[in-house]
Amino acid sequence: MTTLALPTLALDGLLRSMADDEFVVGFTDSEWTGIAPLLEEDIAMSSLSQDELGHATALYGLLAELTGGDADGLAYDREPADYRHARLLDHGRGDWALTMARRYVYETADAVRLEALVGGRWSPLADLVAKIVREERYHLMHVEAWLDRLANGGADTHGRLTAALAELGPDAGTVFTPLPDEPALIDAGVLAAPMRDLEDRWRAAIGPTFARLGLPSIPPTIDPDQGRTDHGAAFDWLWSEFTMVRGSDVGATW
Amino acid sequence: MSGTAAVPTETAVRATLATIPDPELPVVSIVDLGMIHRVTVDDSGIRVAVLPTFIGCPALDLIRGSIAASLAAFDRPVDVETSFEIPWTSDRISETGRRALAAAGIAPPSEPADVRCPWCASAQVVMDSAFGPTQCRSLYYCRTCRQPFEALKSV
Repeated sequence: MTTLALPTLALDGLLRSMADDEFVVGFTDSEWTGIAPLLEEDIAMSSLSQDELGHATALYGLLAELTGGDADGLAYDREPADYRHARLLDHGRGDWALTMARRYVYETADAVRLEALVGGRWSPLADLVAKIVREERYHLMHVEAWLDRLANGGADTHGRLTAALAELGPDAGTVFTPLPDEPALIDAGVLAAPMRDLEDRWRAAIGPTFARLGLPSIPPTIDPDQGRTDHGAAFDWLWSEFTMVRGSDVGATW
Repeated sequence: MSGTAAVPTETAVRATLATIPDPELPVVSIVDLGMIHRVTVDDSGIRVAVLPTFIGCPALDLIRGSIAASLAAFDRPVDVETSFEIPWTSDRISETGRRALAAAGIAPPSEPADVRCPWCASAQVVMDSAFGPTQCRSLYYCRTCRQPFEALKSV
């Protein structure tokens, strides 16, 4: 445990962004359960989503310990405008190519972010991240295979993948939106480097793969400081879906 | 909860825990799976720290409940906490656990390239899917004995 005073507000922003990312990507991908293109993918998307929602639950749990409240309340009882997930995750489920493109962008970005947290000095988060990284390895293995398959699968799949990346491109870097009071996280040894530096690392890491597969490189982020706000209609719809059951009987114990 | 019974030994508590099967892999106990991180026994009661195999494992609440129910026999206050202090890794599974998994047709965890068929021990296997019926398992096919099988993920 660190002896430094914890930068509570900055940690709140960090945990909220990570938890909301995992929650929204997990919930979006769970929409494939029952309708994925192959039986194996039906199972894979369900299992991946279960992992992501598990990570979200654990991260909301840390946030609740830090600031009060409870994990379910954090997940379900906010208005859409109060969620802080990356705008990358606001494009709706889309087709399989969009789903795999989003997964690839998100998982590779998340891997760079996790790497910057894994040795951090706030042990509750550093310990959890160490465990998350071990699970994400299988997610990366899965989506890297699909990126190859779609990029090399002929004109149709290559075209769909390219169109998906073009749609996501301007929002692709939003996982690295600067966090509120980010320097405090770095000073406290929670986060190893600023988000801007992590974004550079991520772009350098995926560049060779995109070049090898003949995919368009990721453009600069539009409005990069607003990358975790202004979620739009697709998220409004998703929010109405994931709050529906809880909203049907407010205050019930499940 | 009377809390008046004699303080049990840690060994006795662990022996009780060793009788609790994993809900998703019932051929293996939670002890052989390596899920028990710490057992503390003192005047205030029994505390057990459990390492989740996967963070979002839906069986975790069930396991915590089974632990509390099994330890109720000691008639002491019982506290079961989930810990990430160290990560659960697949090499925490005991030799007994690995043998029991293989006997049930589930390849014990190893690097994906080193997975062997639990039925015929062949190395001529292919991963059908990294994801299987539970978070901790992958799907494989053996080209030698032509049987599908599952393998525990190596995490």
